Amino acid sequence: MGGFDFNVIERSIGYLFKEGMTFTLALTGMAALGGIIFGTLLAMMRLSSHRWMSLPATGYVNLMRSIPLLLVIFWFYFLVPYIGAWIVGSPRPIQVGAYASSVITFTMFEAAYYSEIMRAGIQSVSRGQVWAGYALGLNYWQTMGTVVLPQAFRNMIPILLTQTIILFQDTSLVYVLSITDFLGAASKIAQRDGRLVEMYLFAALVYFVVSFALSLLVKQLQRKIAIIR
Amino acid sequence: MNYNWNWKIFFEMSADGRHTWLATLFIGLGWTMLTAICAGVIAFLLGSALGVMRTTPHKWLVRLGNAYVELFRNIPLLVQLFLWFFVLPELLPKGIGTAIKQMTPPWASFVPAVIGLGLFTAARVSEQVRAGIQTLSRGQGQAGTALGLTLPQSYRFVLLPMAYRIILPPLTSETMNLIKNTSVALTIGLVELTAAARSMQEFTFQVFEAFTAATVIYIVVNLIVVNLMRWLEKSVAVPGFVGPANVGGGGH
Repeated sequence: MGGFDFNVIERSIGYLFKEGMTFTLALTGMAALGGIIFGTLLAMMRLSSHRWMSLPATGYVNLMRSIPLLLVIFWFYFLVPYIGAWIVGSPRPIQVGAYASSVITFTMFEAAYYSEIMRAGIQSVSRGQVWAGYALGLNYWQTMGTVVLPQAFRNMIPILLTQTIILFQDTSLVYVLSITDFLGAASKIAQRDGRLVEMYLFAALVYFVVSFALSLLVKQLQRKIAIIR
Repeated sequence: MNYNWNWKIFFEMSADGRHTWLATLFIGLGWTMLTAICAGVIAFLLGSALGVMRTTPHKWLVRLGNAYVELFRNIPLLVQLFLWFFVLPELLPKGIGTAIKQMTPPWASFVPAVIGLGLFTAARVSEQVRAGIQTLSRGQGQAGTALGLTLPQSYRFVLLPMAYRIILPPLTSETMNLIKNTSVALTIGLVELTAAARSMQEFTFQVFEAFTAATVIYIVVNLIVVNLMRWLEKSVAVPGFVGPANVGGGGH
């Protein structure tokens, strides 16, 4: 195999982090934000007493959770241009591009998982608090927004963050759309310079360090919250 | 919108000239299931061993088990598969490395996929096994010791039989995760269900038929696995014992 050449990492470090890691983090951030917002709405729909609200939400969440993320990535990559065309009323599929498509995909996919967390979070707030809200004359949105959701978020922060660490690792799957995320960048250098061993070991190390550090933070946070409650 | 639906495409000859597209998808499903079963056996055995290790009174065994879980949980599955597929043959002695690289097509991706998925899933199984053992009251293990059982015996006859029953529901979702995760092996060239749908899409341009079929197959597999596990739960249930609900917590 002709010895290791760890210089290749030094030479490409700017590209790896400025191009690759920036995209990975941006995608993680946008998908987490969008996923949590959309997931909370889904959770509220699922807990609704109207069946026409809860059924579609349940169906959506179960569908997303029973198929692999890779299949969802392929689905959206081809579906989004058609949906876009339908929205703007264009006769042919519009150009969306791999970047926008990957953000939409991860937001929609993660929303299903975040919604399960938020559902548990909303259910962890006692019903009496909802009644108290209504008794004070608040309407549904006011009760949710000022009484239930703040507590639900607070209770679920550790699990939401753990899910975000999983999301951070899952973004590596955009590799199949030939996007230059962190792994995509590492893989391009690896193939250009014929240095698969060094680049993939380095990529594994970086993912490990980031995820492990974040998971330690979550553990600490969990301890903090546990004391207060 | 001008998308030409053509559901008859499934009965047309596929790119390999021997099977219809429908058969191609089911061959893909076969590889998905074979990979998941082989990896599942590794994950169950290794995961159980690690889970037990992490509940023993031996500090070093606990540390070793914890280190394994942290290592395999914090690296993306895709990267782990790349390590097994691209990196491992280079690090092994030259003869073995070349032998691995020269395996015939399905096996060259199948073997690394099974190893990678098995070791990845073992970390998750070990979390469940550990949680299952720890939810049992400490008295159970102590009762075993009081009866004169050795440590391995009290695991074998007292702790594990109950722990496995308790963790069957989370193991069901791990099984589903494993089946879904086999799709990641398409990146190292394994033509499982998602890859079969993808190749159908590439050759026929019937994007939505191909992905719809794959989606339906995954949902059906999901239903079968959930019902099988539910049946297993019922048939091994100990009368009168109600296990603590929701071991392991977590959102999914």
